[in-house]
Amino acid sequence: MPVTGPIDCDVHPTVPNLAALHPYLDDLWRETVVRRGLDELNTISYPSRSPLTVRADWRDDAGKAATSAATLAEQALAPFGTSHAILNCLYGAQSLFSEDLGAAFARAINDWIAREWLDRDPRLRASIIVPMQNVELAVDEVNRVAPDHRFVQVMLLAGAELPLGKRQWWPLYAAAERHGLPVGIHAGSTYRHPVTPVGWPSYYTEDYVNQAPAIQTQLTSMVAEGVFARHPNLTVVLMESGVTWLPAYLWRLTKFWKGLRSEIPWVADPPASIVRDRVRLTLQPFDGPPDAAAVMSVMEHIGSDDILLFSTDYPHWQFDGLDAIPAGLDPGLARKIMAENPLRTYPRLQQTAHTMSPAQTGEETAA
Amino acid sequence: MNVDVLNRSGMQPAAASKVGIADCDVHPRPTGAGIGGVSKSLYPYLSKRWQEHVEAYGVLYRQPWEKGSAYVKGQPQACRRDAWPPGGMPGSDLAFMQAQHLDPNNVVLGILNPLTSGQGAQNPELSAAITHATNEWQVAEWTSRDTRLRASVVVPYEDAVASVKEIELRAGDPNFAQVLLLSRTAEPLGQRRYWPIYEAAAAAGLPVGVHAFGYGGWPITGSGWASYYLEEMVGHAQAQQALLISMIFEGVFERLPSLKVVMIEAGLAWGASLAWRMDRQWAKLRAETPHLKLKPSEYLRRNVWFTTQPIEEPEPREHLAEAIEWLGWDRVLFATDYPHWDYDDPAQALPIQMTEAQRRAVFLENARAVYRVG
Repeated sequence: MPVTGPIDCDVHPTVPNLAALHPYLDDLWRETVVRRGLDELNTISYPSRSPLTVRADWRDDAGKAATSAATLAEQALAPFGTSHAILNCLYGAQSLFSEDLGAAFARAINDWIAREWLDRDPRLRASIIVPMQNVELAVDEVNRVAPDHRFVQVMLLAGAELPLGKRQWWPLYAAAERHGLPVGIHAGSTYRHPVTPVGWPSYYTEDYVNQAPAIQTQLTSMVAEGVFARHPNLTVVLMESGVTWLPAYLWRLTKFWKGLRSEIPWVADPPASIVRDRVRLTLQPFDGPPDAAAVMSVMEHIGSDDILLFSTDYPHWQFDGLDAIPAGLDPGLARKIMAENPLRTYPRLQQTAHTMSPAQTGEETAA
Repeated sequence: MNVDVLNRSGMQPAAASKVGIADCDVHPRPTGAGIGGVSKSLYPYLSKRWQEHVEAYGVLYRQPWEKGSAYVKGQPQACRRDAWPPGGMPGSDLAFMQAQHLDPNNVVLGILNPLTSGQGAQNPELSAAITHATNEWQVAEWTSRDTRLRASVVVPYEDAVASVKEIELRAGDPNFAQVLLLSRTAEPLGQRRYWPIYEAAAAAGLPVGVHAFGYGGWPITGSGWASYYLEEMVGHAQAQQALLISMIFEGVFERLPSLKVVMIEAGLAWGASLAWRMDRQWAKLRAETPHLKLKPSEYLRRNVWFTTQPIEEPEPREHLAEAIEWLGWDRVLFATDYPHWDYDDPAQALPIQMTEAQRRAVFLENARAVYRVG
């Protein structure tokens, strides 16, 4: 299918309730969930009723949105003329303390996404949810799901047990690289640690605002540990965590790389050039200046037309009406952000629809 | 890659600087070795009870090592190789500091920020004793001997009652220019347990400086312990963003409109982006924090200042001027971080186009206004 419209790199399908995943759980885990009374896995990253979690005009009678492919198509695809949208499911499988239960829910979510969403609308693509509790199990899940080329990325959360650059994670990056899948790091946390380096905040607003600094520390970890040198074909996408912090962050990181690079001799290139080559950021929530005239100055500081990817962050409330593209953005840059940059970032988006499913790609599933 | 090569031909050697400057981050430390992490030069100000305590148990922090800091520094004591006075530790010898830094750089106002003062020690009474001794020592050994220098009231900030007592003891004493906290606290600094410190500081007319580092026991990332000193150093910017987010959304500046907070040694170019992000999220979520009467950015631009070192170095350099423009030239206080390794030389640290008024504001007048020093 030729791509003609925007590619939305961050939309969120809502798991209507835990029972919706029952058919996708193995017998043991389904029985576990029922017998032990496991409640919904909505995390404190996105409280169900918060004004940010679901934009008011997108809410249904139950206060939810994006509970079906049809609703999502009507609210998030049609109005923007979107060609493709990438589903990032934020149901909290990663936060369960049991590694086995985490893996069971990751499998259930991915299979639910394939059946209930990808099968029902050919414009939809998705990120693979992995059990962040255990890298070995995460690799298994990537290998199991990756043959379905409608899955275009591996998704992690900004807050894990260990910084994402550490070598415990590297087998996961090797698997992603092998399958041609970027690794997307999305705002949110498993809450093994407080979101901030100074302890737990009081307000939800703080948690959400702190997602940007939190994702910055993950980028520092990945650069410093040498993830990009070790995995030359890996792309990392930072999702739903702002974009205008990038220049000042890189100035500081590069300065300390100059001063302390003897500590990390494997990082041979300046961090700013590593990030410009290998890291991408989704657009919403856009955190630009209120003065539209200053927006392009910030874009100059970012210093690359290739780095931003269009996203609406549907159904989260980041803008009103159809104003997904921030005022003040140069139209030429906006066009690149909408389609060209996403197509370059996600190789699987360039494949045509009829080669998408495992049967056609000829890859064997690990399942 | 394009690289800006700094043309130094038109620059004055630092020693020839005619205009006096304020250095808002100078680190003195007690001279001589001690037992248990407290120098014996603090003993005249420390009771026998606490002298015996440190000799038996030392000073323990929320980190692994009995001595030294959590991450291995880039070089010994994180100091300039040339800043070691004969036989002593960097920053321990006033005459050496005068000759190497204060005189040649024409520092007319130097704010002392002692970093080995027992702040963040696990034992709260010990923390109170060492911070008190450090304040006595700053006056006896530094500010009374060089009138260009002003001390910071170091307080055992995890214990607000003891901190208030120390601030009240120093209120009205012209030797002290600010109350000093470290950034890595046990809880975000906007939380209620710290409010008495801000009330006492505001009542005493003292700004609250928050310097990078500390011992809160939390990793520098939101995702566990980083591997490298570099990550900690870069991460101070994120830690200071987090504590500012806390102070603003908790309403510290709404309750204390006259409170001045100075963010020390964690950069400043991130300030504008943080302000934009806070405003945009607050616009949607403001019902959660109805105690805020202004936009978050308005508190930031009214109540918060930033020291320059380690100044960000974009390519091209002019981007830094724009970043400061977005933050406000009146928010910026020059600092060198003497005698640390990443010291910023006043003759070379800000190679950007500034008007004469902007230059004077950054290098001197802003500091005079914040610290109320003539």
